[in-house]
Amino acid sequence: MLRTDLPVNPLIPRPATRGASRRDFLKGAATVGGAFVLATFVPLGRGPLAQEAAASGPPAGIFEPNVFLKIAPDSTVTVLIKHFEMGQGITTGLTTLVAEELDADWGQMRYEMAPANPALYANLFFGTYMGTGGSTSTANSWTQMRKVGAAARAMLVAAAAKEWNVPAGEITVAKGTLSHPSGKTATFGDLAGAAMAEAVPADPAVKTPDQWTLIGTRLPRLDSFAKTNGTAVYGLDIRRPGMLVAVIRRPDRFGGTVKSFDATAAKAIAGVVDVVQIPTGVAVIAKDTWSAMKGREALTVEWDDAKAETRSTDAIFASYREELKKTGLPADTRGDAAAGIAGAAKTTTAEFTFPYLAHAPMEPMNGVIQLTDEGAEIWSGSQFPSIDLYVTSAVLGIKPEQVKINILISGGSFGRRAVPNADWTFELAAVAKAVGRKDPVQLVWTREDDIKGGYYRPMFLHAVEAGVTADGKIAGWRHKVIGKSIMIGTALEQMVVHDGVDDTSVEGVKNSPYKIPHFAVEAYNPASEVPVLWWRSVGNTHTAQVMETMMDELATMAGRDAVEFRLELLSEHPRMADVLKLAAEKGDWGKPMPAGKGRGIAVHESFGTRVAMVAEVTVDGADIKVDRIVAAVDCGIAVNPDIIAAQVEGSVGFALSSVLRNAITLTDGIVDQSNFDGFEPTRMSEMPVVEVHIAKVDAPPSGIGEPAVPLLAPAIGNAVFQATGKRLRSLPFDLGTVG
Amino acid sequence: MITLSVNGVAHDLDVPSDMPLLWALRDTLAMTGTKFGCGQALCGACTVQLDGTAVRSCQTSVGDAAGAEIVTIEGVNGKVAEAVQAAWRDLDVVQCGYCQSGQIMSAIALLSDNAKPTDDDIDAAMDGNICRCGTYQRIRAAIHDAAGKLA
Repeated sequence: MLRTDLPVNPLIPRPATRGASRRDFLKGAATVGGAFVLATFVPLGRGPLAQEAAASGPPAGIFEPNVFLKIAPDSTVTVLIKHFEMGQGITTGLTTLVAEELDADWGQMRYEMAPANPALYANLFFGTYMGTGGSTSTANSWTQMRKVGAAARAMLVAAAAKEWNVPAGEITVAKGTLSHPSGKTATFGDLAGAAMAEAVPADPAVKTPDQWTLIGTRLPRLDSFAKTNGTAVYGLDIRRPGMLVAVIRRPDRFGGTVKSFDATAAKAIAGVVDVVQIPTGVAVIAKDTWSAMKGREALTVEWDDAKAETRSTDAIFASYREELKKTGLPADTRGDAAAGIAGAAKTTTAEFTFPYLAHAPMEPMNGVIQLTDEGAEIWSGSQFPSIDLYVTSAVLGIKPEQVKINILISGGSFGRRAVPNADWTFELAAVAKAVGRKDPVQLVWTREDDIKGGYYRPMFLHAVEAGVTADGKIAGWRHKVIGKSIMIGTALEQMVVHDGVDDTSVEGVKNSPYKIPHFAVEAYNPASEVPVLWWRSVGNTHTAQVMETMMDELATMAGRDAVEFRLELLSEHPRMADVLKLAAEKGDWGKPMPAGKGRGIAVHESFGTRVAMVAEVTVDGADIKVDRIVAAVDCGIAVNPDIIAAQVEGSVGFALSSVLRNAITLTDGIVDQSNFDGFEPTRMSEMPVVEVHIAKVDAPPSGIGEPAVPLLAPAIGNAVFQATGKRLRSLPFDLGTVG
Repeated sequence: MITLSVNGVAHDLDVPSDMPLLWALRDTLAMTGTKFGCGQALCGACTVQLDGTAVRSCQTSVGDAAGAEIVTIEGVNGKVAEAVQAAWRDLDVVQCGYCQSGQIMSAIALLSDNAKPTDDDIDAAMDGNICRCGTYQRIRAAIHDAAGKLA
């Protein structure tokens, strides 16, 4: 008998002892399920239905639903999304995987963001960490979420079989309806309560690709409606009773500290309630955002720059060039590069520079925190909840399990919201601690705070020496990479730093798929107070530009076609070769272009995804207009081809301004840019036509949020070379400085 | 006390007259569909209508907005708005979605003045609205689609 007077309660207690057997755990769940007859909870943890983590039990006093899926009496199916939605469409993608195996109708599917609970919602590629990044969300969830759907389907079928007294094997499920040849039918909602009493299958089979009805189709995004009528709630939209707003005055130079401050004038501003010092600056607390901003303007702070970065951009690059005179750390060594180059028929040397880049997501950093009797509660766009939980608890002197984080969707990230030291969450907790009251406090970064606030894509410089043989092969390649390591000195160092080499500095050069017999890569880790961070596609933002520009240059030097030259070197990487051929075919490679126009090509693999890109450009004096981009992508099985296309289109729009103009520069340590005038993203009138072709492959899905970004610069640069004979290397491109 | 008419409803606000309309909407009225992106009228995320004209609410003071009919993303309606929102959904324009309130308000203003905009018209009308996710190709297609729906 179905009751309709109880709300669906997603809270489900779990056995308290670690190591409880699966059977014990499931019995516990089922007993509780009996009390909540309106909902089916399928508690599936890490691994193939592994329950160890789930069975460890919730910390006392913290609300933690331990589920991935809920079915309500009205048959709506809600999937809890363990990954951060920053626009990439993961909420739709993961829901698709569950819906497919459940044989649900797309119209009955809903989603909710899972709360911060690493024990339940870890990224299976990140060990025990809950976090989103590295274009891993679909890939790590691919089996897990399909098994969630398959298990729930099996439980519904088992319940129907009992109720109808028929063999389970005679029951079919389609578009959210269970049917039996006798004419009996039921909805998911009809059976939710009964299904809850069924055992969770140990290892439910998932469909074969020929059985898919949703995967591979263009399902509409689940978040389009709320994001087109103003109802979608982002972190910055959180409004709590009595909420105060904090803005922070940070040092003008990175590494600077507060020497002294005078809050008299700030406190005189109407609405300002407090001014407090925190480790990263001085926070002004007010009743609303405008008053907090006005209070900050009235604040006087004297800074201690004794340890601060005081150099200018040119001086930093000069120090890089000086450092390169030394021997670097070996990152990749094949054959004898020096001997290979010595034996070359023709050689070239090239320097590539890359500036600091701000991520500049449209929603600036923010968060709301409230101190409670139990600990603290946060509402924020937390991309790496494991770190945010730890840092918050450390600042407040409480345990991680006393911190509750409600994860909101965010207005972009591009890497900025996942920070190894959780900089903005640290500030949020530090403000709460300094204010010391139980009113909720919202920390707001202004755009100026964002652009001037560091955590940039690091400045890099590459120096390459390479040559070709008389018969047009690569003779040798020596490659030096210098830029501040993102990972050294952070909690994540041991994951990606090997023998002093930070993989995120050299990925895309190290282990290059090109068959280069004599190849040497050296890495250097210069120090600076400027905080650096991964920026959509991380090291590939610079390494792909160097590799694919050099390949073009060497092909030209060898007198060979740029595609044919690459294909020969990719003989052991057929999927790379295939996307290159697909892009060349769809992108009209080899067809003549009118004067002043050029076509360029590039191919690169990152995060397990292969992308090739053809750019068509028009050059007028020093002006580069990008007319058309043709991309071919192999990201494994395409769960949602339209979202994949959207990510590639968006990657072009996102990256274009970094190719054409964006740079964060320093003068005596002070950032020269402050808002979207000095650091101007791509605008509508600059957007090229983007065509996306998805390779049909039978391989597990890899990521698509980042891998198209690295291709844009080399494809454009190579196209400009075709149009002008001028070789652009350093970013942002400036034809005025190239002879 | 300043009286603002927002989406057809009058609100009495006890705020300084130099407060930007953006913060009156977001903080005082808790109408958060209108977004903060730059605070300098450089990105268009805060676009609202003032007596039918698209304006940047971060650079429009409450004092200047008093007496005007303010329409925000939460209240926008009519044939053009419905066509624009439907086109945005049909083409799945949004990614992070944060700028899209402003994009939609600007698109509605464009189509209200120009029933069949060319690509150049779209460039001119929409260049002030930044989308960091780079959804411009779909925004352009959605505006053409909405124009078709309205024809």
